[in-house]
Parts: sequence; structure tokens; C-alpha cells
Amino acid sequence: LPGAASTVPGANTVEKLTEYKDATSYNNFYEFGTDKGDPVQNAHTLKTRPWTVEVSGLVKKPMKLGIEDLLKLAPMEERIYRLRCVEGWSMVIPWEGYSLSKLIDRVEPLGSAKYVEFVSLADPKTMPFVGSRVLDWPYVEGLRMDEAMHPLALLTFGMYGEVLPNQNGAPVRMVLPWKYGFKSAKSIVQIRFTDRQPGTAWNKAAANEYGFYSNVNPNVDHPRWSQATERRIGEDGLFAKRRKTLMFNGYEAQVGQLYAGMDLKKNY
Amino acid sequence: MRAWRALMHPAAKPVVFAASLVPFAWLVFGAFADKLGANPAEYLERATGDWTLRFLCIALAITPLRVVLGQPGLARFRRMTGLFCYFYVLLHLACYSVFDMGLDFGDIAHDIAKRPFILVGFSGFVLLTPLALTSFNRAVKALGARRWQTLHKLVYAVAGLAILHFFWMRAGKHNFAEVAVYAAILAVLLGWRVVQALRRRAGAAQPARAARRA
Repeated sequence: LPGAASTVPGANTVEKLTEYKDATSYNNFYEFGTDKGDPVQNAHTLKTRPWTVEVSGLVKKPMKLGIEDLLKLAPMEERIYRLRCVEGWSMVIPWEGYSLSKLIDRVEPLGSAKYVEFVSLADPKTMPFVGSRVLDWPYVEGLRMDEAMHPLALLTFGMYGEVLPNQNGAPVRMVLPWKYGFKSAKSIVQIRFTDRQPGTAWNKAAANEYGFYSNVNPNVDHPRWSQATERRIGEDGLFAKRRKTLMFNGYEAQVGQLYAGMDLKKNY
Repeated sequence: MRAWRALMHPAAKPVVFAASLVPFAWLVFGAFADKLGANPAEYLERATGDWTLRFLCIALAITPLRVVLGQPGLARFRRMTGLFCYFYVLLHLACYSVFDMGLDFGDIAHDIAKRPFILVGFSGFVLLTPLALTSFNRAVKALGARRWQTLHKLVYAVAGLAILHFFWMRAGKHNFAEVAVYAAILAVLLGWRVVQALRRRAGAAQPARAARRA
């Protein structure tokens, strides 16, 4: 799944890439288990063809798009993003996809659409941990409309020049590099436009720990751990010093204006 | 009888000692051979925490098993397993200090004060320390068996703190299955002691009543 280098500002960090093996074997994808080694073990059962994404809600042109249509909807770009997990580790991953705004433009949202909601597949037949009480299934994530329209918000189909492996959210997922990883919904089956802030999976599970915005922010700690630093996976072995976490994961120049005037301690 | 002989065999202690070092040996080997996955620091922190909890359960299981199975020879292993619990908690603390905190003692102190989950784990370590330090025979003599025993009841508090620490750590992920297993094991081991203590008290009261009747 080749993509041309993206021209979107901030879309190509020049940092050393995380090894493919690490990025595809150390995953949080709770539908396949809560241990980070579980998804690579269990996700082979996921069936990614046929696959349909239903785009609905407050739009002029609701549509059901097969994965083949989605792949052709806009030219593939390669984006090299930092990924910061809320747990305090990070990676650098080359993704293939295009800006979500390309799809949003196609369905023509109504003026009343203020939020976008992403719904992941929740199929108990192929996803062994759907039904566990860890989260409320299906996994739901959401963005404010202006966040969703930001060019860095990537509708993603591949990584490292290949089709997404199942454990990384095949066949289509979001990647939002300035937010903690869990904001980027995997294996998306529905995209809904709404006038109300969606109830998101982790926010519903623990509102005091995971906010709706969940922007990477070194100044707002998780109740149980500091967010000031992160461990870059695969970097310089066991004794590598942790890196300082950057505001908006280093994408402040690109996304900072989305949150101008907001109290980010309150809207975490 | 055969079990008794195995427990009293001169090689039994070295065998248990060597077996208790197997997890440590595996972690050292795994770290050097790069076999601990994408995040070896996290792996080591979790594994040393797991083994602390396991040795805590083993150490606390010795007395109940000794009584229930009628195997007094098991008592020979109580000190060793307790000390291995301390050995693994030391490693756990070292992993946290080095990998998470970069051995910055100011940061460590700040972190312990700020985060209840760390404070609880650290308190468990602190309470376990006097037990490790008074584990040798001379300390028992110096303290007197009674005071020594009272001091070593601290291990029950350590068990509670350890479970709370583990529970809090998993709470972030809403994943309590493993916590429940350890909590159940510790509840049985501590509950057995409570029942024993109640029975002893009832047993002590009976002769007194009998004496009154007479």
C-alpha cells in the first residue's frame, strides 16, 4: 500500500522509526485482550473483507462505503507520526492514508453537525474480549468537528508501506498524532455526525482519568502516573533516559489554535 | 512419610533456593538476550512485582499448609521464601527507580508523595524491611520470640498494601481478573489465621468455664 510523502505541515517527522516488529506486537486493542501481546496473538480472526463503513447522522449525503471505495476516495499519503500512548510510552510510525477531511467533504455535513463519532467493530464471534466488562462495547471515540477537519487527522489504511495488520486496527482506523493513542479508533465501521459530544469508551469507563479531548499534555498528569516523560520504544536499550513529553505531542504549531483560550487542565 | 523425608532432605533447601532464583535468572537472561518484548523496562517492572506477590503468597502459605497437611518440615522454608519476597521487591523498587525515575532521588521522593498508588507500594516495601532485617536467628533471640512474632505480624499489613497497589495499578485498565486471583489467595491465607486465632481463643475460654462449673 504505497503512499506519496505528505505535504501537510508537520506530517513527516524525521525521527528514527520504531521497528515494525515492535509496532505490530506491542498493541492496545482490547477487543483482542488487555495484554499488549494479546492482539498480535488473537487478531488473526478478524475478517477485514468485505468491510463497510457507514457514514451517517447530520450530513447531506449519508453513505455506505465499501473498503475498496474508501481506498480510492483520495490519493494515499505517507505520514510519519509520533505516537504517544497514555500509558507513557511512544513510537514513531509511518502510516498510509489521507486526511479525514477528504471523506468529510464528500458527505457534506450540515451546519448543526458539531462532533464526529467513530464506532469500532464489536463482533463477539471474531473478537474474543468483546463482552468482557472492561469497557462498554462497541468502542466509541469522538472528535469536535474542527479537530476532525484538521489535515493531520488521518484516516489510515496502512503502515510501513503495507496494509494495516489486524492487530493495528485493520482495515481502516484513525490516527490523531497530537492525542493519546486511545483516541484513534481502530477497525471503524461507523462514522456519525452529531450535535452532542459523543460518550467515548474510556471517558465512560473512568471520566476522572480519561477526558474527551485527551490531548497529549505533559502538564496534566494521569491520577496514577506522570505524563511529563515517555519511554520511546526500542530506543537505546534498557537504560535509555525517558524523553520529555511535548505539548500536543510536538504538534502544537499545527493544532494549538484549535484549543486557544481553553482551560486544558479542565478539558483534559 | 515420604513427603516428610523429602522436606527434611539436606538437598531440599538448596533446591528450593535455586528454584526461587529461576525467575531472576530468566529476567537477567531475557534482558541481555532481548527477549522481553518491545518494552523490556516495563516487562521487568511488572515481572518483579508479580514475583514479589507470588513469594508473598508462598511465604504466607507455609504455616497453613504445615498445619493442614501435618507437615512440620515445611517450616524450614518459611524464612527463605519470605526473604525471596524481599529480594524481588528490592528488584521491583530498583527497576522503578532506574527505568521510570532515572535514579533521580528527588523525583522519586516527589513521586512517592504525590501518587497514592506509589505510596502504597512503597509503604509495603518499608514495612517489609524490618522483617527482612530481623530474619536471622540472633535477631529472634535478641528480640525475644514474643516480640519477634508480634513484629512479624506486619506481613499481614504488607499483604493488604500489596493487593491495593496491584489493584490500583490495574484500575487504570479496568482489568481486575488477576488482582482477584491474588486477593482470593491472600484472603484464604489470612482468613485461615483469623479462624485459628478465634478457635484458640474459644479453646482458652473453655477450660476456664469448665473450671467454674467444677
